Amino acid sequence: MTEDWKDYTQRIEELAGRSGLKFHPVEFEAVPDTFMMEIAVYGLPVRMPHWSFGVRYIYQLIQRHMGNSRLFEVVFPGNPGHAYLAASNGLAENILVTAHVLGHADFSRNNLMFRRCQGQVSEHIVEHAANHARQIQQAIEQYGMQRVEAVLDAALALEQHIDVDQSLRRERYPEYAPEAKALADDEFRKRFASLDPTAASTGLEIKKRAPVPPHPERDLLWFVANYAPEMESWERDIFLAVREESFYFYPVFATQIMNEGWASYWHARLLREADFVPQQAYLDAIKCHSDVVRPVAADQQVALHINPYHLGFSMWEKIVEKEGMDAARNIMEQDDDFGFIRNHLTRELADELGLFRFSARNDGHVKVLEHDLTALHEAVLGPKYNFGAPSVSATHVRTDGTLELTHDNSIDGRGLDLERSRRVLDYVQRVWRRPIVLSTVNQAGSTLELTAP
Amino acid sequence: MPESSDKAGSGANKWYDLFSRGARDWLRHDEKVRESVRKHLPQIISGADVINEGARTVRVPVRMLEHYHFRLRRPEEQQGAGQGKAKPGDVFSDPSKQRGPGEKGAGGQDEGEVQLLLEFKIDDIVDWLWEEMQLPNLKARVGPSEDTDWVREGWDRRGARSRLDRRRSFKEMVKRRGNPGATPTFIDEDLRYRQLARRRQPAVHAVVFFMLDVSGSMSDRDRKLAKTFFFWVVQGLRREYRSLETVFVAHTTEAWEFTEPEFFQVSGTGGTVSSTGFNKVREIIDARYNPGRCNIYLFYASDGDNSVSDSAEARESLSSITGDACFTGYVEVSSGLSRQLATETGRLFAELSSAGCAAGSYALNDFDDVWGAVRHFFSAEAKALEAPG
Repeated sequence: MTEDWKDYTQRIEELAGRSGLKFHPVEFEAVPDTFMMEIAVYGLPVRMPHWSFGVRYIYQLIQRHMGNSRLFEVVFPGNPGHAYLAASNGLAENILVTAHVLGHADFSRNNLMFRRCQGQVSEHIVEHAANHARQIQQAIEQYGMQRVEAVLDAALALEQHIDVDQSLRRERYPEYAPEAKALADDEFRKRFASLDPTAASTGLEIKKRAPVPPHPERDLLWFVANYAPEMESWERDIFLAVREESFYFYPVFATQIMNEGWASYWHARLLREADFVPQQAYLDAIKCHSDVVRPVAADQQVALHINPYHLGFSMWEKIVEKEGMDAARNIMEQDDDFGFIRNHLTRELADELGLFRFSARNDGHVKVLEHDLTALHEAVLGPKYNFGAPSVSATHVRTDGTLELTHDNSIDGRGLDLERSRRVLDYVQRVWRRPIVLSTVNQAGSTLELTAP
Repeated sequence: MPESSDKAGSGANKWYDLFSRGARDWLRHDEKVRESVRKHLPQIISGADVINEGARTVRVPVRMLEHYHFRLRRPEEQQGAGQGKAKPGDVFSDPSKQRGPGEKGAGGQDEGEVQLLLEFKIDDIVDWLWEEMQLPNLKARVGPSEDTDWVREGWDRRGARSRLDRRRSFKEMVKRRGNPGATPTFIDEDLRYRQLARRRQPAVHAVVFFMLDVSGSMSDRDRKLAKTFFFWVVQGLRREYRSLETVFVAHTTEAWEFTEPEFFQVSGTGGTVSSTGFNKVREIIDARYNPGRCNIYLFYASDGDNSVSDSAEARESLSSITGDACFTGYVEVSSGLSRQLATETGRLFAELSSAGCAAGSYALNDFDDVWGAVRHFFSAEAKALEAPG
């Protein structure tokens, strides 16, 4: 690849700055396609080894062979940010991608959810993840592949089960329950006290040990790492490493529509305003842009999924047009996808974009449902609740160390996939080292307990 | 991982091409699949269609491993959001679900399924099985032989390019120039080529006779059972003998010698006179093989219903063979009927075995029994070999 695009990087950065984008410096690097593919698989440039990534890697290879997906760039927020561009990108693609990356950099620096999570994880997730990978490599050398893999099987199976409302470095539960409030000093108590001074105050403070966990705990990675009866410290470290990476992934996941939309809006706009880009490169870049934000594949009439680039892009265009850039920036800073879709995806826009709800049977029979804006919002957001995972929480640890997990089907609407859940229990049981019980509901809606072993 | 620190270096990203994390983790996945296949190997292999002429591998279809997460049960009907030209009430079918069963391979996000076809070398499988089942390695009877083979012997300044010994040539160059630090420059005198020489080697010969009863009472399934068993026996013996000859004999009331592919296809009608088969084997041994120089094995598969009038002759003929053979084995294939060797031929082998001959028998009722049979014979055979005589 020629390095021509680097000549434009600085000019695009200046233009972006003038247009009101505020971002940390970004380090651009061109990498081979194979490496791009790995970033897509691992989510981070250097990440812990695990066979499940190998499976995703093969799927990714197959997809690429079928020409389905091509990655132009991946950007990691931070100060400085890291942007990797595919070495096979042409000049036009790289100009577009540079502008796109700056949109992301602006978003990740200013969006509250990103700021909060980066405040926890620090602005150097790429380096942290590489460090985790090294730690785990050392653990493999020290304890053997089998043992480390067993821990990773469990930790990565629970990777979505974190609580981002808690701190990354979270304290253990207080050991004792908070004392009951002193009783009101009413007439009766005064009189009672005057009868026998020794009886009034018991004198002995009876501290009550708090149950573990004191409330249903959905931060399973943290809970297991802290309360597993016989876990070794290197095993806890692996759990906490996976948890830290999940803290990094959460905002990426929870703001995907906004974030991709924002970056697409800005690459389109910066490109329009960049008069220094040669005509041909501009045309190529615009064509590339329209491929990226295309809602429906070229050979199809309808798509049974929503392209987040297209949806986000269209929404931001509408918002900027109607409410102005300042309002748009406020929304960008304060919302995540839930607020963004619910507040700003209007009936009018949904119609314009041809969004619809459908109901699909297992045999592939699909029926388009009635218009209903609220239901449409929830259909778009459905896969995003709770980091995309069922609501499973730790509810009790019995005296013999048995861990009780409870699936809250009232939130999810139906029970768990029993076979998969059983396998997850097997994974976790190997690090918890005591029995685990999971309750959920079966097809008929009655409670069901899975146990391991 | 040191490469993470290299990354900061601008343009110093050559290492990206050096290795692939994805491939590393994929290999680990592959290894896990192989491990689990290996654990269930006998079940998987015994059903597989192994006997293709010349095929040195067995293909086993396996699914990719799934790393499990908590997931909700698949509902009867799933709601979602889509985009495109569609009105409420429209009904269509999801094109992504209309692939034919043969067109798997399109990787989806979650439900897409990729089938792997793992190829195992038959030699590897046999090695694993021998390890797993702790089958004994047989000692071969060694005879004088005229086998010749090429072996490496010495170096020369001239030779074929492919036999250039780089290490040796480098040494010569260093010797000549005396300064190992300088840029290497070779001249023709430095080059050394490996030479080959002919050597006589004592060879180990073995011949296995496979004798199959193809009378009317043997069903296709019986034949397939016998065939699978025979196949693995050949593999086991090939571990021990570099040149293994096989002879295939089938009999009803007559006996014929067949080539390997024909052998497994033949089916006959009529009664069972096993002495005809034994006589045929005897004939072939006498004509072609010298028992003093050659290890002889006989495996006989039948449903055991030898005609009663043949007993005496069969016994006589068989004993003459066991005298010369390293081992004689009898598998009784009788799917459905488990008579456990209480047949005419079964009794014949039991007699031989109790008389101290190297002979064994095993009832083969199902494909799962194949491994039991292989194990049985190879341990029996080892015992027979250990016994003096």
